[in-house]
Amino acid sequence: MNIPATLRYTSSHEWVRTEADGTVSIGITDHAQAALGDLVFLELPAVGRKLAAAEACAVVESVKAASDVYAPLAGEVVAVNAAVTGAPEQVNQDPYAAWLFRMKPADAGAAAKLLDARAYEATIGDA
Amino acid sequence: MHKQTPLYAIHRAAGARMVDFGGWDMPVNYGSQIDEHRAVRGDAGMFDVSHMRVVDLEGAGSRDFLRYVLANNVDKLKTPGKALYSCLLKPDGTVIDDLIVYFFREDFFRLVVNAGTADKDIAWLEVGIAAHAPALRLTPRTDLAIIAVQGPNAGRALPQALPGAAGPVSVLKPFHAAMVPGASGGVMVARTGYTGEDGFEVVCPAGDAEGLWIRLRAAGVAPCGLGARDTLRLEAGMNLYGQDMDEKVSPLESGLAWTVDLASPRDFIGKAALAGHPPVRQLVGLALIDKGGVLRAHQIVHTDRGDGEITSGTFSPTLNQSIALARVPAGVATGNAVKVVVRDRELVARVVKLPFVRNGKVLVDLTP
Repeated sequence: MNIPATLRYTSSHEWVRTEADGTVSIGITDHAQAALGDLVFLELPAVGRKLAAAEACAVVESVKAASDVYAPLAGEVVAVNAAVTGAPEQVNQDPYAAWLFRMKPADAGAAAKLLDARAYEATIGDA
Repeated sequence: MHKQTPLYAIHRAAGARMVDFGGWDMPVNYGSQIDEHRAVRGDAGMFDVSHMRVVDLEGAGSRDFLRYVLANNVDKLKTPGKALYSCLLKPDGTVIDDLIVYFFREDFFRLVVNAGTADKDIAWLEVGIAAHAPALRLTPRTDLAIIAVQGPNAGRALPQALPGAAGPVSVLKPFHAAMVPGASGGVMVARTGYTGEDGFEVVCPAGDAEGLWIRLRAAGVAPCGLGARDTLRLEAGMNLYGQDMDEKVSPLESGLAWTVDLASPRDFIGKAALAGHPPVRQLVGLALIDKGGVLRAHQIVHTDRGDGEITSGTFSPTLNQSIALARVPAGVATGNAVKVVVRDRELVARVVKLPFVRNGKVLVDLTP
């Protein structure tokens, strides 16, 4: 299972990457895409939407199942990845390149408090 | 602990994602489920369906007994090897299971029933035998495995992996089977399947299954999981027991009227109940026209005749759109637009004639 050490994670299987401008990119982990199987539909939050931490804000649907994506931290949606909504299979092919949306965190230090790769790996092991 | 088929180890070794299906640990996909689906539509794929239960019925009077317990009419089975799809009904006309029955001799019929329902089916049949035909013997064949080889190239690949199948493959008509003699008890080769493609189901001794699987793979047949099996059967417009029909509904409200023989004078279990209750609902195909989600079981369907519900829904790789089976009020017609509640939205879908896909070809019109 691919869990890059440079990213942060949630127990609900989102990954978070802090960008140079202080925004964070959010996607779903390799574990999540493998469990869901071939993705065929994505519904992403509107740009400008303000989200609470752990708020359901996106939907990823595979052939098998639909699953909510949760905001890893509080903040505002500043961008969505339109390319990936047109080709959801990109999430299967490269889950860490296929980001879903970007947020401006309400608290600049919030991302650092999320799970690191080792802690996330431990949560999968428990599952 | 779930039950394991004779191919469990080889599925795990291939990296299959395993799920519980009817109490069995079964592969849902090996890699991409959509790739597996396309292998069957365009080439050849194979499925381990050893969780399904082969049940042999033997003894003089087997046909009379099946005439009484099956909703379809086994008198349609005149030549040895011919197969018939039928429901097993309760006296109230609801569905205990659906199955395929093969006729080999007047004193030997073979049934293949679903995994999750096998124990209840066998118990039901045993009660019937005790009451009506105590001389008959019912033998659940837990010593057998079943591999379904499906797709336009199935007939080319199967004899490469199983030379004894070359004869049956070249002469068998759809829904016919033949016994191929062999050292360890022989093999049944049937031209049947659950995909809407040409293909074969091979019933072999459990100990032979792994070798056959490996030779089929070497012959270019792609291992496919239950995920692809579900999208294939749904495109083919075929019901799944427990989802599209069960002990709460009539086969006449499940798209299975063609399998229920109400016309002949023959009496069978469930006939009186069905004859007295004309259907008020029907099972139809839906194709999603709007974008915005995937049709799934239990979603509500609004029609101009009242509400219905999706019984099976998925994304169709062949149509590149979502499709479903739905139970809706009688009177809803092919071509009608309906609205399906998908999460917080109502999406437009169209009632279409089944199947969606047969032999690799799309048979429904999806133009908005």
